Amino acid sequence: MEPNQANSEAVERYLRDFLSANYFLGEDPSQLAASSSLIEAGLIDSTGVLELVGYLEEQFSIRITNDELLPENLDSIENIVGFVERKRRSGQAV
Amino acid sequence: MDKVTADVLSIDPERVAKEIEESLRGIVSRELHRRGGVVGVSGGIDSSVTVGLCARAFGPERTLALLMPETDSDPETLDISRQVADAFGVQTVVEDITEILQATGCYERREEAVRSVIPQYGIGWKFKIVLPSVVGSEGYRLFSLVAQAPNGETIEVRLPAEQYRTIVAATNFKQRTRKMLEYFHADRLNYAVIGTPNRLEYDQGFFVKLGDGAADAKPIAHLYKSQVYELARHIGVPDAVLERPPTTDTYSLPQSQEEFYFSLPYEGMDLCLYAHNQGLPPEAVADAVSLSPEQVQRVYDDIDQKRRTTRYLHLAPQLVEAVFED
Repeated sequence: MEPNQANSEAVERYLRDFLSANYFLGEDPSQLAASSSLIEAGLIDSTGVLELVGYLEEQFSIRITNDELLPENLDSIENIVGFVERKRRSGQAV
Repeated sequence: MDKVTADVLSIDPERVAKEIEESLRGIVSRELHRRGGVVGVSGGIDSSVTVGLCARAFGPERTLALLMPETDSDPETLDISRQVADAFGVQTVVEDITEILQATGCYERREEAVRSVIPQYGIGWKFKIVLPSVVGSEGYRLFSLVAQAPNGETIEVRLPAEQYRTIVAATNFKQRTRKMLEYFHADRLNYAVIGTPNRLEYDQGFFVKLGDGAADAKPIAHLYKSQVYELARHIGVPDAVLERPPTTDTYSLPQSQEEFYFSLPYEGMDLCLYAHNQGLPPEAVADAVSLSPEQVQRVYDDIDQKRRTTRYLHLAPQLVEAVFED
């Protein structure tokens, strides 16, 4: 399945792969709870947010505006998956 | 709850100057076995105070002010730096670092990264990197590139991570080149390299590792920036420095420190950092910095995040096993 057509489970898998490949998420990244804060807990930093936004835009063919750079959209795996889903449902895919 | 007021950071500048001078003399002679100090002077407040304190501690004849402009430097920088050296009677050496930076590819690598996001960027254009305000939004702040065409038209685009890192990495050649030259002169004179960070910069990691972060001693790292200004007025730093707004003097477009790094102008940043260090709630400092408690909390959060993300800048090389034993 192409990333830009993935369902929410697949989005989470892509996202976990990206995070594991680029950040130290603990000894067993699969144990990272979907609700865990990525940024507040220091798992990714401000440059990491920049990378994450670039990854989401490219991988899922969405455009993220500055107004959407909020913790409720980007601070945990479940928030990010929900945000990507909402963006695609609202037809803002580019 | 005690409220923080603007005068909470007032110091007795003569006492502080004397303490630093004495400490510097002890560090440089007894600990480092050197006989003077080299200071890279930028025409900013921190390096001006530092060179003044060195002149008082070691004597002007054992203090070298190194002036290291490059093509992006403000044209006033060299003249103001000379005024500082003259005010303290110290010797100056000018090392224009433009050619070294050209040889490292500093400008070329940076411009290539800029052109990859703004293809029309070319001769006569200028740029800087900026961050949105911390207090204006709860959102994450991402770096943008602001470029100005020769006709004055400006373009602002969000920077992809790769380009951001390349621009910063290439720009860091400047601080590292300057440090290399400071150590050249320190080695030839048997002097120590005296670093210039103030407390805000040191605490918040606003320096380049092995660039301006490298030094043998950092005599004002414990002073808030407003205290550095107080000391500057007392020891006779020229008005041209005192009246100059703090800038990074690093990119071709003028860039304030709060555009690039700090949440607030230094007066407010000092008070928030002080209050946070004292464990005071945002309400205690909100009035003094003319912000709401919610906005102060965002500044506190930003302080904590910067401490976390820049911790590695302070770390010495990590060893697998301890080597020296006491």
